Amino acid sequence: MNINLTFFGQMISFGILVWFTMKFIWPPLNAAIESRQKTIADGLAAAERARQELKDADSRVADEIRKAREEATHIVDRANQQYNQIVDKAKADAIAEGARQKAVAQAEIDSLSHQAREVLRQQVAALAVSGAEKILKREIDASRHRDLLDALAKEI
Amino acid sequence: MSTEAATGGLNEYITHHLTHNLVKLGTGFHLDTWLVSLVLGLLFLLWFGLKARKATAGVPSKGQAFVEIIVEFVDGQVKDTFHGDRRSVTPLALTIFMWIVFMNTMDLIPLDLPGWLVQTTAGAETAHHTYFRLVPTADLNTTLALSVSVFFILIGHALAAKGGFGFGKELLTAPFHAHGFLAFVLAPVNLFMNIIEWLVKPVSLAMRLFGNMYGGELVFMLIAGLLAGWVTFVPGIIANTAWAIFHILIILLQAFIFMILTVVYIAGAREGH
Repeated sequence: MNINLTFFGQMISFGILVWFTMKFIWPPLNAAIESRQKTIADGLAAAERARQELKDADSRVADEIRKAREEATHIVDRANQQYNQIVDKAKADAIAEGARQKAVAQAEIDSLSHQAREVLRQQVAALAVSGAEKILKREIDASRHRDLLDALAKEI
Repeated sequence: MSTEAATGGLNEYITHHLTHNLVKLGTGFHLDTWLVSLVLGLLFLLWFGLKARKATAGVPSKGQAFVEIIVEFVDGQVKDTFHGDRRSVTPLALTIFMWIVFMNTMDLIPLDLPGWLVQTTAGAETAHHTYFRLVPTADLNTTLALSVSVFFILIGHALAAKGGFGFGKELLTAPFHAHGFLAFVLAPVNLFMNIIEWLVKPVSLAMRLFGNMYGGELVFMLIAGLLAGWVTFVPGIIANTAWAIFHILIILLQAFIFMILTVVYIAGAREGH
């Protein structure tokens, strides 16, 4: 065994082989490794994003439900209010109408009774005059004692 | 070497490089083969073990991604070939593949580098008497040990899948089926055929790998002969580099073939005829 040129030749060619490996073998291998890393990283990121989105959607849904519930409560409240208002208004209207009707009826009654009284008064006055005429046919002049008779009739 | 006659020098050179570090132990023991294969096997275990221990479910480090790619590749190959419980088959295939890749890769290390190391540390006289072959798979002992282990694993799989009776029956009734008296006539023929078929598997596995790696090593040695003279020095370097680059393919291909054939044989052992 003696070490000579053979050894150096082999070392040079080994150096070339190492260079060749670094230049042509390792890069595709490295690319495969990196693409694998990237795929995994992307997958994990996508999963994380999806989870975050789901969480967001969940909270949004909860928010919407809460808002809808509030809205519904509000609407029911307003409906109740309106109902009460309508009922109150109807009541007030009914009372006012009743009062008005009563007033109209009262006025009619008043006017009728007034008329009747007027008619009665005149009839009484005429009756009294005719009676007095019959009694006092000769001495009393109807036209001369008209004042007196009217005053009498008014006292009825 | 340049002082000696060209053929004699190359002859001696090759003979020297093809001599194992033999230890007188029983019928002999190749210390170099044993040591290198052991160290490389431990290196594989250490590497993959550490990466497996540090593995995360998140974005892997480059080292982890590399190991994952290898494991996934082997598992994919096994999945395509073997349809069954892969829990023991994939680790076996992975171990065979990586270990053989590691051992084959020793072929790329310059032939005279170990010798140079010995010479510079222990002197020329020791170097002249120290034989060390760096490529364990260029030693038939290694490849045959691997393939015989695979052979026993195959028998284990056959027994597990068919039972002792079923396996024995298959040895006697396949590949030639017959009924009645003819079955008894054909039984020894079938047994003979099956024994050949079974023995061919480990022998072909071992011979293929050994032949390729031994041949590769020998070509490196012949090219080294070119490097001995000034005229052929540059062509020698070019040839050496070209062969080394081509050898990268052989290293991976032979490991892959050994692995995939093992899986194919396991699948075959589990299936009936």
